[in-house]
Amino acid sequence: MNPKWTVWLGGVLLAAVIAAALYFPALRRQVNKAKDLTEKTAEQARRELLPVAPVSTGDPMVKVKMFWGSRRQEGELLPVDVELPLSRDPVLRAKQVLNTLLAGPVDAESRTLPPDAALLAFYILHDGTGIADFSDEIRTSIPSGIQSEQLAVESITRTLEANVPQVLRLKILIHGQEADTLAGHVDLTQLFRVNATDAAGTQLDNPSPPGSKLPAPIRKAVETVRKATKR
Amino acid sequence: MAFRFGILLGVRSSPTSWRILAGALVAAVVCSVAIAWAVPRQAGGTNSPAPKALQSAAIFPPQAQHSGLNIVVLDPAHGGTDQGARGTEGISESDEVLQFATATKRALEAQGFQVILTREGNDNPSFDDRSARANAQRGAVFITMHIASTGLTGTARVYVEPEVPQANNITGLIPWDRAQAPFLSLSRKMGEMVQQELSKRFKGSPDTLQTAPVRQLRTTAAPAIAVEISSVSVKERSELDRMVPGVAESIARGLVEFRPSYVVPTIPVPGGSVQP
Repeated sequence: MNPKWTVWLGGVLLAAVIAAALYFPALRRQVNKAKDLTEKTAEQARRELLPVAPVSTGDPMVKVKMFWGSRRQEGELLPVDVELPLSRDPVLRAKQVLNTLLAGPVDAESRTLPPDAALLAFYILHDGTGIADFSDEIRTSIPSGIQSEQLAVESITRTLEANVPQVLRLKILIHGQEADTLAGHVDLTQLFRVNATDAAGTQLDNPSPPGSKLPAPIRKAVETVRKATKR
Repeated sequence: MAFRFGILLGVRSSPTSWRILAGALVAAVVCSVAIAWAVPRQAGGTNSPAPKALQSAAIFPPQAQHSGLNIVVLDPAHGGTDQGARGTEGISESDEVLQFATATKRALEAQGFQVILTREGNDNPSFDDRSARANAQRGAVFITMHIASTGLTGTARVYVEPEVPQANNITGLIPWDRAQAPFLSLSRKMGEMVQQELSKRFKGSPDTLQTAPVRQLRTTAAPAIAVEISSVSVKERSELDRMVPGVAESIARGLVEFRPSYVVPTIPVPGGSVQP
């Protein structure tokens, strides 16, 4: 090969390598974006397959109290009366009020939960422990911070307290899994107290403290939810 | 020697070949530098140094060193690939909170405290690793620092753990998962003092401390609080930067006030009590 051409070829190769190196960060960003998009699409598809909490036209209209954020008082919740057709079955009822909570108030500023989050499942155990399984968006789309995560959990527990007296305490799962925190701050290893007294008016003990092992029936139920979500 | 090296790389020992080889080597070096520069930025942003204006946080006179509380473990939250809250102008919580922690460290050292940071760069120790830094010390307090993505801009809140029942203890050891339980009343006292200083300095901040089950506090066997500043959603980064000296000074003042009331709590065990 002519030496002159060899120099040219070397130069072109060098330019290509430099261009590739400069393009690398942008390429990496694009790959990450595409990955996020694929994950979101899969989650949305799964949610579309899930049965929405049935709202029977035969259910009586009931005035329910929803707890959304207060616009006047930063970091506080405000009860809002909403009229809904509500089932008498506590599990359906819990699903209906939590879906209404997720749908959000008229004023989007008062939201406590991200609009794209979904309730995947809800169970009530014999001892009054509710298990709420939310989609990943409750973790990924919530505004990060102690205050916002605390408000999110409180809005769920207080809405259940006001409308589903059968739920005494609550375990929150994310995508069928136990999570350490909601979005890096609030501890989800614990059971949150929902009602301080049971139907007979008996004062309840503290729910299991954070970090402690869950009682056997709850562990079993969590395992069932995890398996169901995997399927 | 050069000839042998040339054979080894499969090139003839002509000047042109050596020029190509040199060009390829330069390209490889440029490529490596570009990748080394790009990857850490993608992984978690860069650590910008604190502005010079923020480097003189402690402005009140230092006090004599006391026995008992001497060590403060400061925990700038998040880091590494976990950037925490993200706001305008590319503000990320993990970078900003490091500035707050660095200024607070200086303010505390001026008061005679020994300060340990759970991270000084863009790494992300686990919750337990961060707690372990405080749990390994005697006479320490722990402060985890956060910047929220919500809340009234220019305010700061202090959080402590809600009431956690103490575990039945027959060994005198503190269960890791409930390490905070014996220290809750001290945490509250410290939190109140820091919150009072913050609310004096930052209008709109609550007068009283808040309770929240903050994961980082649960495994900390020392008086522990979380300080959350609002917010990354400021219009300009300078709004947050202006808060740095005030937050640092308020925390230092609060701890100076708290220092006399610091007593290492005892854990009740059958047949006597044990100090943690």
